[in-house]
Amino acid sequence: MSEPSRKGHFGPYGGQYVAETLMPALQELEAAFEQAWADPAFRAEFGRYLHDYVGRPSPLYFAERLTAECGGTRIYLKREDLNHTGAHKVNNTLGQALLARRMGKPRLIAETGAGMHGVATATVAALFGMSCDVFMGTEDIERQQANVLRMKMLGARVVPVRSGSATLKDAMNEALRDWVTTVRNTFYVIGTVAGPHPYPTMVRIFQSVIGEETREQILEKEGRLPDEVFACVGGGSNAMGIFAPFVGQPGVKLVGCEAAGYGISSGKHAASICGGKVGVLHGNKTYLLQNDDGQITISHSISAGLDYPGVGPEHAYFHDQGLAEYCAITDEQALDAFHRLCRLEGIIPALESAHAVAAALERAPKRPKDHIMVVNLSGRGDKDMATVLRTMTDEPLAEPRREWLGQSPGLHPPR
Amino acid sequence: MNRIDALFRRKRESGGKALVMFVSAGDPDLAFTEQLVPALAGAGADIIEIGVPFSEPMADGPTIQAASERALKSGTTLAGIMAMLHRLRLRIPQTPLVLFSYYNVILQYGVERLAADCAAIGVDAWLVVDLPPEEEGEILPALADAGIARITLVAPTTPPGRMGRLLERAQGFVYYITVTGVTGARVELPADLASQLDAVKAASPVPVVAGFGVATPEQARAVASHVDGVVVGSKLVGAVADAPTPAAALAAAAELTRRLAAGLR
Repeated sequence: MSEPSRKGHFGPYGGQYVAETLMPALQELEAAFEQAWADPAFRAEFGRYLHDYVGRPSPLYFAERLTAECGGTRIYLKREDLNHTGAHKVNNTLGQALLARRMGKPRLIAETGAGMHGVATATVAALFGMSCDVFMGTEDIERQQANVLRMKMLGARVVPVRSGSATLKDAMNEALRDWVTTVRNTFYVIGTVAGPHPYPTMVRIFQSVIGEETREQILEKEGRLPDEVFACVGGGSNAMGIFAPFVGQPGVKLVGCEAAGYGISSGKHAASICGGKVGVLHGNKTYLLQNDDGQITISHSISAGLDYPGVGPEHAYFHDQGLAEYCAITDEQALDAFHRLCRLEGIIPALESAHAVAAALERAPKRPKDHIMVVNLSGRGDKDMATVLRTMTDEPLAEPRREWLGQSPGLHPPR
Repeated sequence: MNRIDALFRRKRESGGKALVMFVSAGDPDLAFTEQLVPALAGAGADIIEIGVPFSEPMADGPTIQAASERALKSGTTLAGIMAMLHRLRLRIPQTPLVLFSYYNVILQYGVERLAADCAAIGVDAWLVVDLPPEEEGEILPALADAGIARITLVAPTTPPGRMGRLLERAQGFVYYITVTGVTGARVELPADLASQLDAVKAASPVPVVAGFGVATPEQARAVASHVDGVVVGSKLVGAVADAPTPAAALAAAAELTRRLAAGLR
């Protein structure tokens, strides 16, 4: 595992590129996190909530029909979709909320794209009796109504963000603006392995429970480590969580699946590693989607949770060092995988997670039968029903795409 | 002697305070900025901060966010700003110019290249809002080679020990952020501001200016009385944006600058 240097860098990536106003808060957070994580009582409490409240460990499920469909390569799904709140996000928000409580900060703020991190933050805020403001782009509010309602139901205030592209990056800008103003009493719960140090490391550590469980479970079921581990990468927290214990393990290939949107060459994608270049945004140096003048460009993915023009700095480092491979999956491939998982396994995945499923399905037929794949099924797809439905009807569509339908065997979409 | 040191020496001798004006370069286009900067200098601005627009202005309030959006919409680039500054320098040879930017725009232009271009043009300092001391090692060698000052920010949240370390390394002048928050005009400044300003001033080896939220001549005078100068940004950017025509915007900007400067003499 790569430990960041004193200043929180992973090779040339990471760091703390923030205004001076926030630096003392980051240093306070770093010290508090290190102290908490070294405290057995804190870790025991975190573990207890993960077990009793989140419902961990999440199952590692052998996907029998998917395996048969792909010619025999053994495909396992790490069922983060079965967690309380329906995604991996709660592992991290629980950890950060416990830390906020320990630091005496009564107010949580968060940014959210698909809404899953917002819901997970609103959930732990309710659990611990904290106030909670979630910043969300108006574009995302539009396409993720169900999660907006869930957050409100849980007592959080959803703050609409209209600036820029009105998506996740703009929500993060606004959360940072709030934090710079309220830093004395507010804890900023970042939802991914990005942002200024210590967030990338702290979020990876809170999410590592995914990989640690996976490792134990696969050893129990197969008696050996997997050959390939797949996870989708927006900011990259579920990927970092499942990769963590496997990094540098001989014979285990780690594959991060970025969102290629309409295709990398179309320019309308969210694949920062596969289609971006190095820059500084939201407190860290990493691969970014940007123009030659250093202005951030607008990302596109059918999945709101991957629709972000950056990526966690440790992923950038893994890419450069060859510690993980990063591929890009189009909207179309993700939708196809989404439907196949629905029909073959009775599991409706999040569109984010469908990117990881797609990469596995693409490679599985080329692998030997005794090959073992683990796919991190990072979230469930309830939130994506409206988005997927729009791709399936004859109604006038914003982004018509019908062509995938024929490619999906045994599929009978509603007409 | 460089322009910044020379300016503060003149201010010390005359007993006046420095008026630092922030312009959002390229708002609404660079042709306007090229008229605005000399107008401000003529109306009494002592130092001009040239704000480079960035698509993700995380440290800015709504006024400068909107200005950055307008600037980018009109096609403003750092290369275009540098070309403008090159021409402006011939018209205002004495006024210190500070390039005020988020780091990514500088990084993509090239740190060494930009430092060399600034030296050639006569840009006196950089203020990189999201490059705290922990990361500024990336630009310091290039700036030292080019003879350009790096302006240090000190915030109300900066603890005393850290403040001491920041001030030790200060170059040109120190910029004290008057409010815990983003840029933008405020009706009221923090109650404990005076004592904080006095503390920074007492500890700083270089002149101190204070900004964020300063909008009126009264605020400017009150803040400046504790330090060496005051920065006004959003108030000017807002005045420019609200004017019905470019000519009216220039007149409003000059009038605001004159009123602010009069209070600082």
